[in-house]
Amino acid sequence: MELVHSYENPSLLKRLSAVDWGYALLVLAAAAYTYVLYGEMLDYYEKAILAGASLGLVAMGWFWKPWRAFFPASGLLALGGISLYHGDLARGQSAFWLKYALSSQSAIMWMCTLFFLATAMFWAGLIRRSDTLQKLGSGLTWSAALMGLTGMFVRWYESYLIGSDVGHIPVSNLYEVFVLFCLITALMYLYYEAKFAARQVGAFVLLVITAAVGFILWYSFDRQAHEIQPLIPALQSWWMKIHVPANFVGYGSFALSAMLGIAELLVLRDAKRAELAGGEAQPGWFARRLPAADVIDEMMYKAITVGFLFFTIATILGAMWAADAWGGYWSWDPKETWALIVWLNYAAWLHIRLVKGWRGEPLAWWAVIGIVVTSFAFLGVNMFLSGLHSYGGL
Amino acid sequence: MKTSKRQAGFGSSLFELLSSMRFAIGLLTILAIASVVGTVLKQNEPYPNYAFEFGPFWFRVFETLGLYDVYHSGWFLVILAFLVLSTSLCITRNGPGFVKDMRAFRDKASNVSLAAMKHSIELEGRIAPEAVAGYLGREGFRFKVREREDGATLFAAKKGVANKLGYFFAHIALVVICIGGLIDGNLPLKLGELVGRVVPETRDIPQSQIPEQSRLSAGNLSFRGNVTIAENKSADVIFQNAGNGYLVQELPFIITLKKFYVDYYNNGMPKLFASDIIVTDKRTGKETPATVKVNHPLIVDGVAIYQASFGDGGSPLELKGWNLAQPAMAPVTLRGTSLATQPLKANGRDYQLEFGELRVFNIENMGGAQGDAKTFSERMHDAREVKHEKALKNVGPSISFKLRDAQGQAREYQQYMAPITQEGASYLISGVRSEVAKPFQFLRLPLDDDGKIDTFMRLRAALLNSALYDEIAARTTAKALQGQAISPAMQQQFQSSVKWVLARFAQGGFSALEQFLDERVPADKRQAVAQTYVKILQGAVVDVMDVAQAKAGLAPLPEDGKHYRFLLDGLVGVSALNDYGAPVFLQLTGFEQVQASGLQMTRSPGKNLVYFGSLMLVIGIILMFYVREVRLWVLCYGDRMRVAMSSNRHSRDLDSDFARHTESLNQLVRDA
Repeated sequence: MELVHSYENPSLLKRLSAVDWGYALLVLAAAAYTYVLYGEMLDYYEKAILAGASLGLVAMGWFWKPWRAFFPASGLLALGGISLYHGDLARGQSAFWLKYALSSQSAIMWMCTLFFLATAMFWAGLIRRSDTLQKLGSGLTWSAALMGLTGMFVRWYESYLIGSDVGHIPVSNLYEVFVLFCLITALMYLYYEAKFAARQVGAFVLLVITAAVGFILWYSFDRQAHEIQPLIPALQSWWMKIHVPANFVGYGSFALSAMLGIAELLVLRDAKRAELAGGEAQPGWFARRLPAADVIDEMMYKAITVGFLFFTIATILGAMWAADAWGGYWSWDPKETWALIVWLNYAAWLHIRLVKGWRGEPLAWWAVIGIVVTSFAFLGVNMFLSGLHSYGGL
Repeated sequence: MKTSKRQAGFGSSLFELLSSMRFAIGLLTILAIASVVGTVLKQNEPYPNYAFEFGPFWFRVFETLGLYDVYHSGWFLVILAFLVLSTSLCITRNGPGFVKDMRAFRDKASNVSLAAMKHSIELEGRIAPEAVAGYLGREGFRFKVREREDGATLFAAKKGVANKLGYFFAHIALVVICIGGLIDGNLPLKLGELVGRVVPETRDIPQSQIPEQSRLSAGNLSFRGNVTIAENKSADVIFQNAGNGYLVQELPFIITLKKFYVDYYNNGMPKLFASDIIVTDKRTGKETPATVKVNHPLIVDGVAIYQASFGDGGSPLELKGWNLAQPAMAPVTLRGTSLATQPLKANGRDYQLEFGELRVFNIENMGGAQGDAKTFSERMHDAREVKHEKALKNVGPSISFKLRDAQGQAREYQQYMAPITQEGASYLISGVRSEVAKPFQFLRLPLDDDGKIDTFMRLRAALLNSALYDEIAARTTAKALQGQAISPAMQQQFQSSVKWVLARFAQGGFSALEQFLDERVPADKRQAVAQTYVKILQGAVVDVMDVAQAKAGLAPLPEDGKHYRFLLDGLVGVSALNDYGAPVFLQLTGFEQVQASGLQMTRSPGKNLVYFGSLMLVIGIILMFYVREVRLWVLCYGDRMRVAMSSNRHSRDLDSDFARHTESLNQLVRDA
C-alpha cells in the first residue's frame, strides 16, 4: 500500500530537499518552544493535539510545497502583530500596524478585500482570456488566505488579552467558522489549481468565497458578530480544536466541488451546442475559456473524495464529543441528522461514480445540488431548526 | 420440480436485487429523506403539544406513523435493517471475487488482451529478466514470472491491492456501526412494549407508586434517561421518555446531590455548571464523591453520569401579601415553597397559588440602542474592535407564580425582588400575563426613600378612600386659589371637579377617565378637557399624599422634583393595578435557595463497537480513495517486449505512470 503522491519517485525521503528539512525543523522548533512556554497549562489531550498538529503541518509542507512558505509567513505576520500588542488589547486601535493591518479584525478585513479583488481579477482574466490577469488572481487569493490565517492567529491571541479564562481557538461561533471556511476553500482551490493547471476555474470558485465574504461583512458591520465571546461550558473542550476544522475541510471541499460542477456544466452545455450546430461551429464562450470538461470533472471528484474523508472524520469526532457533552454519541439531533444526510448524499454520489462509472452532467448537477444540502446542514439547521448544536445561531 | 426451480429463480433474483447497487443507492436516498422528517418535526415533545398543533385528526395520523419519535419507529428501523442487509449481501456477493482478485496476478493474460489494453506499447530491444524483476521490485510491485510455452516470459505485477481491502473495511464498518447502534438502541424496550411486558406510565404520580410494569431493572443492558435532584436529596432511578409516557429505570447506585454551582465570566455569561455528587453503590454501600461538569461526565459501573440541566429545587420563600381590594389593610406575611402549590384565601374567595421557578440571577442586556445613527468611521472602529462593553446586568432574584381561581382561570405573575433603577428612580417590577404564549406586561411601582412600596400603597389607599376626598379637594382648591389658578367664584365648582376626578380615577384609573371622555365629551373638546383632568389629578395627588401621611402620623413628603415624580409614577402604578387581575399583590421579600441539578445517565455498551466501526470506516475510505490498484505486465519475447498497464479506476495518474514506467524500461533496455 502506498499513497498516490509518493508514486512519481521511488522513495519519499529521497525526494525531500534541504528546504523541506528546514521547514520541518522550523515547525518542530516552534512546537517545542510552544511546549516550553505553555506546556504546563496544556492537558494531556492538548499536548497530543500540539504534537499531532506539528507533525501534520510538517507533512502538509512536504506534500504541498507552497505551504512551506505560506504557513511560516502567516506565522511571522501573526507574531509581528502579537508583539505589537504589549499585552494591551486597546493598542489594537492605536498602534499603526495593528490598526491598519495586523489586528485580527484588520487582517480579516484585508482578507475580505483581497478576495473581492481576486474574484474581479479572475473574471477579468476569464473574459479577456488573459493568463496574466488570472495569475494575478491566484496571487491575490494567496494574499487573502495569508491575511485570513494571520487574522485567525492574532484573534486567538487577542481572546487571551480579553481574559485568561476567555481565551480560546477562534472556531467557536458562526463568524469565526466563516473566516475558516473562506480560508480552507481558498487553499484547497489553490492546491487543485496548481495540480491540474486549471487556473481558469478560479473565477467560479472565488464566487462562493465572495458570497461567504459578503456574509462576513454583513455579520460584522450589522450584527457586531466579530466580538470575541467566552466559551459556554458545552464548548469548553479540546474536541472543538479538531472537530470544527475537520468539518470545514469537508464543507470547503463540497463548496469547491459544487462550483466546479457549475463550471463543468457550462462547458458541457457549450459542447452540446457545438455538436448540434455541426462540425464548423466555434466552441462556445465558456468552452473556449475553461479547461476541458473531463479535467474539471476529475478536480470535482478529487475535491469530493477529500471532502468525504474529512466529513466522515469530522462526524465521527463530533459523535465522540457528543458522547462527552450530550450524553450519547448519537442523539438524532438535527445537526447530527443533517450531517448524516450530507454524508449519505456524497456516499451515493461516490458509489454512482465509482461503481456505475457515471461521469459528466448528472454528477455535476448532483454536486451542485449537494452544496444546497450541505448549506442547509451548515446554516439552515442553525437558522430554522432547534437542537443541541445551537452554537452558531444567526 | 418446476416450482422449486421458480423458487430458486425468485430467491436468486431477490438476492440479486437486495445486494445490488441501485437498491443500495435507493436505500441511501430513502434513509436521507426519512431522516429529514425528524429534524423538521420536533421529536419527543409531550403529546398534548402535538395534539394542540395538528388537531385531533392529524395528531392520530402522525402518531400512527410514529412521527413523534421517527428514529425509533418501526418503519425507520426497517429501513436501517434493510441497509444492513443490503450491505452484508453486497459484501458476500462481491467479497469472494475481490479476495480472489487481490490474490491473483493475472498471469494468464494473452498477447491479444495485453495489446488491446488502453495503456499498452510494444518496445524494441532485449532485456534480461533479472533487470525487469529488479525494476519491479524497486518500484514496489509484487509480481509473478511465467515462462510461457511460446518461449516468452511474462511478468505479471501488481501494486496497491489494499484498495480492495478498503472496500471490505468501509462496508463491514457500516454493519459494525449499525450493530453497535442497535445494542444501544431501544429495540428490546420496543419489543417489550409490543408484547405488553413494558407499559409506559402516563400519570404524574410519585415515583414509589409507579407500578412494576413501568419499571426497568438495573440489569438493563442499555438505557438513557434523566433525573432532577435537589440539593441534599438523593435519587436511585432515572426517567426515560417512552411515547406518551415515561419509564422508570432503576440504577445500581444512589446519587446524592451535595451542591450545584454555576460560575460566571466577567460579562455575565455562564462559565461552569457543576454538581458535587456522592455515588453510593447499592450492593457494597461504597461511597464515591465526585464532581460532574459539562463535558466531563463521571462513569460508574458502566453508567455515564452527565450534567444536563439545572434549576430550582424547591426553595422556601417569604412574601408580603398586600390585599388590593382593601388597600388600607396592613400587609400579611406569606410563606411558601417554589415549584409547589398552596391554597390562598382572599376576600372570601378561594385561589390556588402555583409557584414556579425561583431564579436567583436574571441577567438582562440593558445595552443602549445600536446601529443606525453611527457614522462610517464609528462603524469602522466597531468592526476593528473585538471586545464590546455590554450593559449586561443582573436584575436580581425573581419568582414566578400562577394564581388560579375557583373556575380554573389563571394568570401568571413574575415578581422581582430587588429594586430596579430607571432614569434615576427606583421601582419594584412585576410582570403579568393571562396567556402563556404572550409576553409579560410589566408594572412599575415607585419605591419610597426607604426603598419600600409602603408609601405607594399608602398613596393608593388614600386615592381609593372616598371618605378623604372632601379634605383633599379642600386642600387642592385652597392651593389653586392661592396660586390664582382659579377665581374665587369658581371655588365651589372646582372643588366638586376635584372630587369627581378622584372618584372616577379610583374607579378605573386613567382608562376610566378616558372612557368618560369618549362617551360624554364632544370630540373637538376632548383634548382640552383631558388636559384639565390630568392637571387636576397632578395637583391633587400631592394633597392625597399629604393627607395619607398625616393620617398615618408621618411627616409629609418633601416638595421637590424627585418626590413629585414619585407621585406621578404612583398615579400610573395605581391606574395599572386595575388591570393586574389579582386580589393580592405578592411581594417577594426573602428566600432560601435550594438548587436542583438535572443529570442524564446512559449506559451504552455498543459505544466501543461503534467507535471501532468508525475507525474501520475511516481506514476503509483512505484505502479506497488514496491507494490505487495498479497492474503492470511486461511480456518479453525475443527482441521485443510489450508493456501494458491497467488500474481499477481510470485517472490521469495512470497516464503519467504508464509513461514513466515505459521510459524507465526503455532506459533499462538501452543500458543493457
